[in-house]
Amino acid sequence: MNFGDSPDEAELRARLRAWLADNDPGLPASSTDDAYWRGQPAWHQALYDAGFFGMSWPKAIGGQELPSVFDVILDEELAAAGTPPRPSLGYLVQGILEHGNEDIQQRFLPGIVSGRERWCQGFSEPDAGSDLAALRTRADRDGDDYVLTGHKVWTSYSDDADWCLVLARTDHDVPKHKGISAFVVPMGQPGIEQRPLKMINGITKEFGEVIFDGARVPAANMIGAPGEGWPLAMTVVSHEREPGELGYVSRYKKVVKELATHVRANPEAYDAEQTRDLGWAIVEAEMLRLHVCRRLSDRLDGVSHGPEGSVDKLLMTQVEQAVGHAALGIGGTGHGDADDTALKVYLYSRAQSVMGGTSQIQRNLVARRILGLPA
Amino acid sequence: MDVRLSPEQHALRDSVAQVVDRLGPKAVRQLDDPERAAKLDAAIAASGWRDLRAAEDGGQPLASGVEAAIVAEELGRGLVDAPFLGPTLSAELRRLAGAPLATGAETVLLARGLSSPVVAAALDGAVVLDGAVAIDAEGAGTALVLLAAGGGHMLAEVAVRPVDERTDLTRPTAVPSGTPAPLADQARVLTDHDVTSWTALGLALTCADLVGVMRGAVQLARDYAVDRRQYGAAIGSFQAVQHLLADAFVAMEGSRSVALHAAWAVDALPPDEALAAGALAKAYCARAARTVCETAVQVHGGIGNTWECLAHVFLRRALMSSDVLGGAGANLARVLDHHGIGSSR
Ligand SMILES: Cc1cc2nc3c(=O)[nH]c(=O)nc-3n(C[C@H](O)[C@H](O)[C@H](O)COP(=O)(O)OP(=O)(O)OC[C@H]3O[C@@H](n4cnc5c(N)ncnc54)[C@H](O)[C@@H]3O)c2cc1C
Repeated sequence: MNFGDSPDEAELRARLRAWLADNDPGLPASSTDDAYWRGQPAWHQALYDAGFFGMSWPKAIGGQELPSVFDVILDEELAAAGTPPRPSLGYLVQGILEHGNEDIQQRFLPGIVSGRERWCQGFSEPDAGSDLAALRTRADRDGDDYVLTGHKVWTSYSDDADWCLVLARTDHDVPKHKGISAFVVPMGQPGIEQRPLKMINGITKEFGEVIFDGARVPAANMIGAPGEGWPLAMTVVSHEREPGELGYVSRYKKVVKELATHVRANPEAYDAEQTRDLGWAIVEAEMLRLHVCRRLSDRLDGVSHGPEGSVDKLLMTQVEQAVGHAALGIGGTGHGDADDTALKVYLYSRAQSVMGGTSQIQRNLVARRILGLPA
Repeated sequence: MDVRLSPEQHALRDSVAQVVDRLGPKAVRQLDDPERAAKLDAAIAASGWRDLRAAEDGGQPLASGVEAAIVAEELGRGLVDAPFLGPTLSAELRRLAGAPLATGAETVLLARGLSSPVVAAALDGAVVLDGAVAIDAEGAGTALVLLAAGGGHMLAEVAVRPVDERTDLTRPTAVPSGTPAPLADQARVLTDHDVTSWTALGLALTCADLVGVMRGAVQLARDYAVDRRQYGAAIGSFQAVQHLLADAFVAMEGSRSVALHAAWAVDALPPDEALAAGALAKAYCARAARTVCETAVQVHGGIGNTWECLAHVFLRRALMSSDVLGGAGANLARVLDHHGIGSSR
């Protein structure tokens, strides 16, 4: 039982700290400024090329097969250095590792991991959100290809993506969970229209709508067999709920650190309520770091994914929203010509209880799958 | 980093759980069964768990804060009405002062409100002991007090007499009934670091107790939600009830992560950092535990508001463990202080 660094971990920490001192890309936060995404690919590639990203993944796809606990150190040091977080796409990697064959893994995973190829996830649709299995986008076989018709929405980073992991219906005569297949679809083609959506905090690069109208995808880009899209989707979304996979601890710790610096510099400016909100944000962010230590330590016994992801998602959401409240209290709402970054952080935090499956859905899962409460 | 429990730690947890499940109170009326309580007390005395923080030959504790926390958590889960926290904290003080083990049942004295240890300025402690409370004092004849001495603290012991404890039905309190007398055979004066380190242990153990209480309360409420039927269905099938219980479970899991770290920090980090870890964990666990236990009361409906339902026994124990060395507010202030932020206007 040890929360401290082993010699290998201490070595990584020192190397990482030295590297970060010279390599901060100086980007604004993704959640508050569209400019982030112009610099993000270079940041991802630099982090990867220096050997600090995807450390736990198989060597065959560009990883180093180190224990995932190394990622805790990465998150801590990124936050301490005030750099952007690590790219949060581990859930795609985990999903494809678990369900993709050798060919799929070799063709696609090295590009995701190294950051040379950009990905998005086309699951949700206007009429299929929480009830994802109600999705209607269809994929119809045509020679060696499938042809896609349908409407995806809330697709994060779709405007920059080279590839989209699409769930589409290939069989209309079986129960709804059984007729879904998963495809890796090339984005730059005539049958795909991408429309950005503006979030409540004003940013436009977070997510978009994707319309498929005659887009083509080779049958060889199907992950798993026809009708096996649902298990893949469940693997992806369960890892998407894990803060250890997303690396959000560094994002929260960075904001909390900045807020604490403001308050220390000018304590008289803040009342007891604002100070208390900051205190809780400190407590919550540290809780999540320690919780991730626990979960990633458990992975030393092997990666698994189950209903615990829903517990973690609810904890992560509480943290993000506590940090959002502290930011709003201390940074202010941005009236007149005042800086409105804190307002944007706060407004963005409201999405955390929706994305990746809403908090209500996570509570349903905890109640049924963990507590064993009846339907 | 590897924060999994070792096989020995798992085995310790299992053996505590066995005792708790065999002899702990399963219903409110069993709290009034002296024969059961005596057997439980004897089993715990025989186990040596109360001596985990006693000194080995080199002065180090026999076991780390993690082992002590494992015991505390299981005892909290099972609402164990035999002392552990008090004797453990007294053993730690004696270890730090290089004093021999207590000969009789002993606990510690905390200042009014329980948020800090009693520090008597002089031997004639009549005034400073006003309102002081000996915690977890079942069977205890004496309690330890810190006595200001030579830039640090010496230990003094004071006789205590039981009082009618109104909060915690499982761990009675006592009050001083005499004047503190310095403890014989103290090898060292306690430094501020020692007191900080002792406080860190106290915070870690109360956090562990709260995690256990939350586990017990969630289990109790979950089982009731499966059994109890209204509108022709188990109440646990109603989404409103499911979400209350899910939130309670999640709060318990978050608490577990911070409490584990606080327990590790006791021996692995320097005293100031161990205290910061304990304070952060305590702020989180104290806030969580009250809500979780309130949920357990709510899910029981009318039954939950009767004396005979165990839900309030969990809630009451949570209130006591929160108060010992400070609850959410006092510890949030410690956290802010550690970050160089004072509580302002
Ligand atoms: C910032 C952001 C990024 C996203 N990125 C992606 C992405 O990259 N790819 C992707 O595919 N999707 C993405 N999503 C979509 C996200 O997964 C969905 O928004 C989410 O699953 C909810 O679906 P919905 O919006 O249709 O809401 P609905 O399902 O219509 O829910 C509306 C409300 O009803 C409640 N509700 C619904 N069903 C139940 C129930 N059974 N019990 C209790 N309450 C219920 C919900 O909790 C919610 O409060 C993103 C969303 C956001 C906000």
